[in-house]
Amino acid sequence: MWKWLHPYAKAQTSYELAGKLVPWFVAVCSISFVVGLVWGLAFAPADYQQGDSFRIIYIHVPSAIMSMGAYTSMAIAAFIGLVWQIRLADMAVAAMAPVGAVFTFIALFTGAAWGKPMWGAWWVWDARLTSELILLFLYLGVIALYNAFSDKVLAGRAAGILTLVGVVNIPIIHYSVEWWNTLHQGATITKFAKPSIDSSMLWPLLIMLLAFKAFFGALMLMRFRNEILQRECHRPWVKALVMQEK
Amino acid sequence: MNPRRKKRLGAILAIVLGLGSAVGLVLYALSQNIDLFYTPSELVQGKGKDLVKPEVGQRLRIGGMVLPGSVERDQNSLKVSFQLYDAGGDFVTVEFDGILPDLFREGQGIVAMGVLKDSHTVTASEVLAKHDEEYMPPEIAESLKGIQHFKPEYTEAQLQGGNQ
Repeated sequence: MWKWLHPYAKAQTSYELAGKLVPWFVAVCSISFVVGLVWGLAFAPADYQQGDSFRIIYIHVPSAIMSMGAYTSMAIAAFIGLVWQIRLADMAVAAMAPVGAVFTFIALFTGAAWGKPMWGAWWVWDARLTSELILLFLYLGVIALYNAFSDKVLAGRAAGILTLVGVVNIPIIHYSVEWWNTLHQGATITKFAKPSIDSSMLWPLLIMLLAFKAFFGALMLMRFRNEILQRECHRPWVKALVMQEK
Repeated sequence: MNPRRKKRLGAILAIVLGLGSAVGLVLYALSQNIDLFYTPSELVQGKGKDLVKPEVGQRLRIGGMVLPGSVERDQNSLKVSFQLYDAGGDFVTVEFDGILPDLFREGQGIVAMGVLKDSHTVTASEVLAKHDEEYMPPEIAESLKGIQHFKPEYTEAQLQGGNQ
């Protein structure tokens, strides 16, 4: 049943597949980024209460969603890496971690910049903000742990376990605004009910979401290729590749 | 699936499930303390199963909707007082001496940090506006909610800094 997947457990095949996919992700990302950003920042109407300040939603929400999405993808890869002991899955975890960490930082930073004029405070220790900060520390922990070992097989295993342990934080972040009283508002689009945002503002947001997803895919694949080359640098196929480049 | 993989799968599932339930229990035990603020009915009637009421003099945060028509401003200073309400039907008066955030409006949610003066009054040192998850252009807000949206207008004297 899974036979078609087997060739991709080989580093060279995955390296070549990732190389073929990168341009597609870059193309989707650059088109939707330009369309979404111009539409969102220039053409979408201002909010009835927040005025133009609400436009930070077009950066803040996609990066916050991707900070959790990237972590979930890392957890799935770490799970596969630990149970089936596929080295490429560990490499994927290492490739995704810094990208996710940057998304988390962007979400926290834009949130603080919006919070000062709207709420009246840069930072409040409410459940949503605190659990998102913990997510940033989890990312930094995974990155640090992976780089702390010179034996990369061991490093991948340690980082994978930390990633899986940290995954309990993801539902806490998502449901924090429902379970507790928080200053942060509830979910606008990531819920089963109809999005509580007008469609003229929703479309650019969805396009920005696509842009961030493609951006994550492109960056992750590039980092994944680098990781494969570094880990396999003594293999004949990498040497042949380098000779070919010269 | 071969036995070694099955063993690893079991171990990992046990770790994640065990940790998940441990965190879940901790959060459940702390649930009242993780709340950022009291709602007016929690402050008046008590909070949780045991109906714990905060003591007078305690520092706390109170969050609720500003009751329309209850905002009273002092003519000669920045002192302002207003009432908060929630779905529970209780009212709490907040006294504040300072600058209110831009989003402070009647009917809007706010969170105030301060000291409990008596069972229904909080002397706030900080007032934060809580925004809801709804976003819409002004025209739609007007037709949907009947909210009249207008920018605050200032007289010539106010713009020049006079306090007439």
